[in-house]
Amino acid sequence: MIVSRGVMTVVLVFGAAWAAGAGAQEQEPKEDPVTAFFEKLDTEYHGFYEMRGGYRLQNDPYEKDMSIMEARYQFDLFSFRDWGDVKVKGDFYGDLVEEQGVFDLREANIFTRPTDTMDLKFGRQVLTWGTGDLLFINDLFPKDWQSFFIGRDVEYLKAPSDAVKVSLFSDEINLDVTYTPEFDSDRFISGERLSYWNPLADGGRFAGEDRTLSVERRREFFEEDEVALRLYRNISNYELAFYGYWGYWKSPGGFNETMSAAVFPELYVYGTSLRGTVGKGIGNVEIGYYDSVDDRSGDDFLINNSEMRYLLGYTREIGMDFTAGVQYYVEQMLDYGSYENALPAGMPARDEFRHVTTLRLTKLLMNQNLTLSLFTYYSPSDEDVYMRPIANYKASDRLSLELGSNIFFGDDDHTFFNQFQNNTNLYTAVRYSF
Amino acid sequence: MLRTMNVNLLLLSFVLSLAVAGPGQAAQETPDVQTIVNKANIVAYYQGDDGKARVKMTITNKQGQKRQREFVILRKDVKDGGDQNYFVYFQRPPDVRRMTYLVHKHADVNKDDDRWLYMPALDVVNRIAAGDKRTSFVGSDFLYEDVSGRSLDEDTHELIETTDAVFIVKNVPKKPETVEFSYYNVAIDRKTFVPMKMEFFDKEGKLYRVIESTKVETIQDFPTVTQSVVRDLKTGSKTEMEFSDVKYNIKLKDVFQERYLRRPPREAMR
Repeated sequence: MIVSRGVMTVVLVFGAAWAAGAGAQEQEPKEDPVTAFFEKLDTEYHGFYEMRGGYRLQNDPYEKDMSIMEARYQFDLFSFRDWGDVKVKGDFYGDLVEEQGVFDLREANIFTRPTDTMDLKFGRQVLTWGTGDLLFINDLFPKDWQSFFIGRDVEYLKAPSDAVKVSLFSDEINLDVTYTPEFDSDRFISGERLSYWNPLADGGRFAGEDRTLSVERRREFFEEDEVALRLYRNISNYELAFYGYWGYWKSPGGFNETMSAAVFPELYVYGTSLRGTVGKGIGNVEIGYYDSVDDRSGDDFLINNSEMRYLLGYTREIGMDFTAGVQYYVEQMLDYGSYENALPAGMPARDEFRHVTTLRLTKLLMNQNLTLSLFTYYSPSDEDVYMRPIANYKASDRLSLELGSNIFFGDDDHTFFNQFQNNTNLYTAVRYSF
Repeated sequence: MLRTMNVNLLLLSFVLSLAVAGPGQAAQETPDVQTIVNKANIVAYYQGDDGKARVKMTITNKQGQKRQREFVILRKDVKDGGDQNYFVYFQRPPDVRRMTYLVHKHADVNKDDDRWLYMPALDVVNRIAAGDKRTSFVGSDFLYEDVSGRSLDEDTHELIETTDAVFIVKNVPKKPETVEFSYYNVAIDRKTFVPMKMEFFDKEGKLYRVIESTKVETIQDFPTVTQSVVRDLKTGSKTEMEFSDVKYNIKLKDVFQERYLRRPPREAMR
């Protein structure tokens, strides 16, 4: 049954691609009534339709074979007035893996520029800062790791925040402050869609839908809130920034034994970054001090230690339409001795240092209509690898086809990437944008 | 060597122009080649202190398939004939809509341009590594260098012909290994100094790429190319570029910074 459904999907995806490709050769399609309607309201209406399907490439005893199977419609409404902009963007999708229909409101915000020195944005919005490429130190805005690993478009790695962002500008320095009244956690790996290593199940084993992570959420409005700020300036095109964050570990960073649930302990982060031209490329350096407030002494093995995080990156063109980027990233536990002493015998200890290197290769072909990219994470300390090869072809201005994979492997079952080994998947997608 | 050649050419063209224009018009002197290319550079890339234009590109490949790009471009000169800032706000195709692109162009040949790209879906400001300027601009037959200008210091210039209408200047790269052409000729209008036609010759000396200004209008007293086309004779592909809503001296503030990448200025959106 599953197999026949898969074949159907492939036929459907390529059938639609072919049909739309044939249509796309013609002149600009006529304006549809919906676009015309929004135009009367002085509102731009855009979006896309997408079908995306993928399978695990090996058996996973705890998850379905289908890793992703969904039909998606995204609308994007944008209106700009004299006093500011209004934006509403949302996705409806039918999810065959979870057998449900979902509405995901991605953005609903108002932007104004009340004075020459101030910008304001409030409502649901996607927030990003920092210098890393798919590695984040001072960007503590919510991420959707589940979408990232199952092969949704990289747009979905950033989960929206319900927040207010105030930006102040001057010739010397600029300041961004975001306030999120209710903690927005990552959309973390919980076992629902992806199997993972659960150290507490039967003394440590893979787990998935049989043992989804129960978490103690933080939902106290105005009490369990988040504040993040960035102070930055540009010195001869070298971008210098300082960051601060007062909130909680974004993915569960602790475990409450009495509740038998994962928790989001308090976390403060202070950091800095610098980015600019180095030789023929762009270099960046970023560091962050993670102050794990609920375990400052470091002797609670159930709550994350305080950490230092370091990142060094370099990107440059290495050929015609061919770019390479490398990064070196380190997480350092700051109270390792206390952690080790507190750890019960028999439980595998984390490493004091976790090293991660990344390599991004991007090549554009066929008048930049075909993009081949490969992003690889390799951890020399964990001895595991996560690879993301993606081929994206723009058949026309409106139609694109994608083939991609998420590949996890390594030496030990419990390491960060290798715990997802049974989720290695291959997916394909077709998208029609309007 | 080049200087003497230029002098000879100048003499030649002077004689030619005399022959064509008749003895009565000897007063219309032929400027030297450096003056010509300097003026042409200002006319093509530095009109006014700043400017704005809506650009529509149509890329047509050999098979006749069309792709379109639409964007608004803002420009402000730091120094006439020198550094410049560009801001690009994309409107089409849908997958790049509302992306913004910022360039701090440096006239110094030893200093790479600074470039940033903002992607609204991820709210991320990326720094783009200085690229080969002889690569395609947004997948069209125009190259980065055609859009923002090739520094005059990169080539030696030589006036090879003067006709009734144009000066023809031959340009030879000082570092031939960094480009795919061996030389290119530019036909520059004698009155307006607008470059009307550029012909690129490959390493074998064969013509392979032609850029033509197909429509020139006078806007706020500035002669302005409002339609141009580039043809790649090797691939059989062409790209037409149309400019509309062209305005000069719009008194742009310094919008060439991160704040405006994340949310473009009014000038780019209207």
